[in-house]
Amino acid sequence: MNVRILVSAAVLVLAWIVPAQAATKIEEVISPGGIKAWLVEDHSNPIIALDVSFSGGASLDPEGKAGLSDFVSDLLDEGAGDLDSQTFQGKLQDLSIQMSFNTARDTFDVGLKTLTDNRDTAFSMLGLALTKPRFDPDAIERIREQVLSNLSDAIDSPNSVANRTLAALLFPKHPYGRPSDGDPDSIKAITRDDLVNWVGHHLGRDTMIVSVVGDITPGQLKPLLDSTFGGLPAKADPIAVPDTTPAIGIVKVVHKPVPQSVAVFAEQGVKRNDPDWYTALVMNYILGGGGFSSRLMTEVREKRGLAYQTDSYLLPREHAALIGGQVGTRNDRMAESLAVIRAEWTRMAEKGVTDAELAGAKKFLNGSFPLELGSTGAIAELLDTLQRNKLGIDYLDRRTGLIDSVTAADVKRVAHKLLVENQLVVVVVGNPKGME
Amino acid sequence: MTARSLGFALILVACVAVKPAFAQVFGAEAFTLPNGMQIVAVPNHRAPVVSSMMIYKVGGVDEMPGKTGLAHMVEHMMFKGTKTVLPGMFSRIVAANGGRDDAFTSEDYTGYYQDISADRLPEIMRLEADRMVNLSLHEKDFTPEHQVVLEEERMRVENSPEGKFDQQMNAALYLNAAYHHPVIGWKSEVEGLTLADVIAFHDKWYAPNNAVLIVSGDITLAQLKPMAEKYFGSLPARKLPPRLVLEEPHPLAARSLVMKDGNVHQPSWNRMYLAPSHHAGDTQFVYPLEVLAQIVGSDTTSRLYRHLVIEQKLASEVWAGYSADARGPTSFDFFASPNPGVDIDKIATAMDAEIMAIVEQGVTPEDVQRAKTKMRAEVAYARDSYQTGARVLAGALATGGTIADVEEWPQRIAAVTPDQVNEAARAILREERSVTGELLPAKPGEGPPVEPGSEVPPETLGKSLR
Repeated sequence: MNVRILVSAAVLVLAWIVPAQAATKIEEVISPGGIKAWLVEDHSNPIIALDVSFSGGASLDPEGKAGLSDFVSDLLDEGAGDLDSQTFQGKLQDLSIQMSFNTARDTFDVGLKTLTDNRDTAFSMLGLALTKPRFDPDAIERIREQVLSNLSDAIDSPNSVANRTLAALLFPKHPYGRPSDGDPDSIKAITRDDLVNWVGHHLGRDTMIVSVVGDITPGQLKPLLDSTFGGLPAKADPIAVPDTTPAIGIVKVVHKPVPQSVAVFAEQGVKRNDPDWYTALVMNYILGGGGFSSRLMTEVREKRGLAYQTDSYLLPREHAALIGGQVGTRNDRMAESLAVIRAEWTRMAEKGVTDAELAGAKKFLNGSFPLELGSTGAIAELLDTLQRNKLGIDYLDRRTGLIDSVTAADVKRVAHKLLVENQLVVVVVGNPKGME
Repeated sequence: MTARSLGFALILVACVAVKPAFAQVFGAEAFTLPNGMQIVAVPNHRAPVVSSMMIYKVGGVDEMPGKTGLAHMVEHMMFKGTKTVLPGMFSRIVAANGGRDDAFTSEDYTGYYQDISADRLPEIMRLEADRMVNLSLHEKDFTPEHQVVLEEERMRVENSPEGKFDQQMNAALYLNAAYHHPVIGWKSEVEGLTLADVIAFHDKWYAPNNAVLIVSGDITLAQLKPMAEKYFGSLPARKLPPRLVLEEPHPLAARSLVMKDGNVHQPSWNRMYLAPSHHAGDTQFVYPLEVLAQIVGSDTTSRLYRHLVIEQKLASEVWAGYSADARGPTSFDFFASPNPGVDIDKIATAMDAEIMAIVEQGVTPEDVQRAKTKMRAEVAYARDSYQTGARVLAGALATGGTIADVEEWPQRIAAVTPDQVNEAARAILREERSVTGELLPAKPGEGPPVEPGSEVPPETLGKSLR
C-alpha cells in the first residue's frame, strides 16, 4: 500500500493502524459544509464501505412503544423520495448496493457498501433514505407483520427468552430493561407518526459519526458528505436517558420443556471510558472472553463436559455497564455448571491471575488486532468505534501500550471490585434439576 | 454442518448462503506435494494476516452404519493432544500467537482453520502437520468431550424445533445417499461412540493425500511452497479406503411431513426437491438452477417475495435457495412463513401455485439478465475479505471441484440462457422429487415427547412460556 501524498488542507491528522508493511492510514476529512468523516483509503478493490452512527438507539424508545427504533431501522430502505419500496429495493439490488440500518441500545447504525461505479447513486440513495423516508402505510403494515412473526419466533428460543428476561430483571425501570425489538403489544401500538417523528427528532448531524473505507479519495468524499447528510437536522433532540445501575442478586427460573437449560447472568461492569477498562478487558479475556483458552471453557467444557458453549463478556453501555456470561447444560447438570462458574467468579476475585495467564492474554489481545482489519466493512466499523468512544485518531498506536501496562495486581483489584458472585442476576430457561 | 464452536458455525453458514455470488477470480495458485497433499494460496494483501484452512476429504457420509456422528467426534478430538502437544494446548498456542482457531464438520469434508498474523503461519502449519500424524488420545479426555458433543446436539437439535425438523426433512429426501443421516449423528448412536472408534477413523482418513491446505490473505504460492514442503513434505502418503458413491434411486413418490412441537409459535412451510450438484445427477442444470434461485427467491424484489409477501400479504418471509457444492446430490429448497393468523394451508396452496407457474410459464429473458447482472456484480465483493477465498475454495476443492470451477464461475453464469433455466426448472421441480414439510405449533398433549426420560413435569408442557 502506498503512502498517499496529502492533497487536502482539510486533512488534519494522520495515524497508522499497522506499522508493518501493510500500513493503513486514517485521515480526518471535513467537507465544505463542515461534516467530518474518518477515511481509510484503499484502492486495491473497487469497493467503498461507509459506516454511520447516531447517538440514541433503542434506549430512546418511549414506554409502551418498545421496538420503535428497530421498526424505523426496518423501514428506512422501504422507499424514500419518489421511489416506493419495490423501486428503491430493486435499484439497490440491481446495482448491488448493500444498505443496512440497525438499532443498538445506544446508537442507530447505518451501513453502506457499494462498487465504485455506483458510488454516487449509492450515497444519494442513502441520503434519500435518511432524510425523505416514505413510511408508506402498506410497507409499515408488511414490516409490522414481519416483526410480529419474528417476535413469535423469539419467544420460541430459549436463548431469546433468557436474554429478554435478564434485561427486564437487571433494569426494571430503565429503557435498557425493555426488549429492543419490542413485544407484540408495543409493536401493534406504533403509528406512522411515531416513525416519522423518531427520524425527525433523533437523526441529527450533531451526534452523527461517519467512517469511510475503500476506493475513494478525500476530494471525492467531501462533496458526497454534504449531499448525503446535509439535509439532516443540525441538531437531534437531547438524549434524556438517565444513568443507572443494574439490579443485584436475583435468580429466576423460566420453565420451558427443553432438554438443555440455558443460563444467562450479569452484574455491574465497567464503562468504556473507565480507567479500569483495559484491566477489565484483560481480566475478562482470561475469565471467559478468550474462547477455548478461557478459564470458563477449561473448567466447564474441557474438564467436566458440562457445556458446548460458555463465555463471559463486557458490555459497556452509555448509561450502565455489565459484565456477564452464558452457558447451556442438560437439565440435570445445570446447577453444577452454575456452581462451577460462580466458583470461577470467586477464584478470580480472590486470587487474580497468574503471570503466564496475563502474558498470554496480552499476546492475544495485541497479536490478534490486525484480524480486525480483514475487510473494508470491518475497518469502517473499527473507525466508528474509535470515534464514538473518543479514543483518538492515534489510538491504534497507543493500544498496545495500554494493554501491556496492565499488571496482575491491577487485575486482582478490578476482579475483586467487579466479580461478586452473589450479586449476579441469573436467569435459567429450561427445566433445571434442583433449581425449581 | 456442525462445528467445534458456535461462532464459526455462524460465519460459515453466512458464507455458504452467499457463496454463489462470491465465487470469482480470486487469483488462486496451487501445487501438489509428492505425497499428494494439495496446497493452495489465495493472495489478498489488504492486511498482514492470513486465513489458513486445512481440509480433509472425509465427513459425515464416510461413517459406517451405527456410528453416525463419528466424523464430528473426531473433529472435536483433534484438539485433544498429540505426542508433543498436550490436550487443549492447540488453541492456546494459536491464541498466544494472536490467532483465532476453530473447526467444523460437514457431510463431505472436515475443516480446521486459523486466522492469524501472516508471520505466524509456520507455527500453524507445524501444529497441523503434527495432529495429522501424531494424534495421541486418552480416555480421560474423550469422556468429557463426548459429553460436550452431546450438549452440542442438545443445543442445535433437541432444544430447537427447526433443528429437529431439518433432520427429519433430510432423512426423508435422501433415501440412499449418506446425507440421509445428520452430520451431528443420531443421538442414540452418538451416545455409543468410543475412543477406539475415533482413533480408527482418524487412522483411516487423516493423511496428506486426503488433505488440502488453503491459505488466503497476505501470502503468495512462492512463500507458501517452501513452508508446505518443510512441514508436510515428509509425511508419507497412505492407502485410503474408497469413498462411498452417493447415489439416489430414481425418485417415485412425493413425501410429506408434519411435525408439531410445543416450542413452535411461528409455523413454517418447507419444500425440498432432489437436485444435482456439481458432481452428481444432471450436472448440466447446476448453473441454470443457481440463476433460477436468484430469480425466484433471493431477495425482496424476487418473484416469491413480491407475490406472497407484498401482493397477497400471506407470508412474512419467503425464499428459495440452492447450493451445488456437494459430492453427491443436493436440494433446491423453498421456505415460507405465514403472517400471524394466516392458515398454513393457504401458504401451501400459494407456494404450490408459484412453483407450478415457474415450471409452466418459465422465467423471462429479462428475469435472467437481471439475475446474471446482479450475480456478476456481487463478485467484486468476494475479494474484500481475506477469509472469503479460503472458505469458497475449500467448499469446491473438498467436494471434487477444481480451482477453475471457482475462478470461471462468472463466465459460466454469464453463459446461462433462459431456455436452460426453464429446462432445469421443468426437470427438477417435479412432484416425485419433493419432500414437503410443515412445522407447526403443538397443542398441549400433541406432538412427540420432549426427551424420553427427561424430567419435565407434565403440567408445564405447553404452558411453559406464560
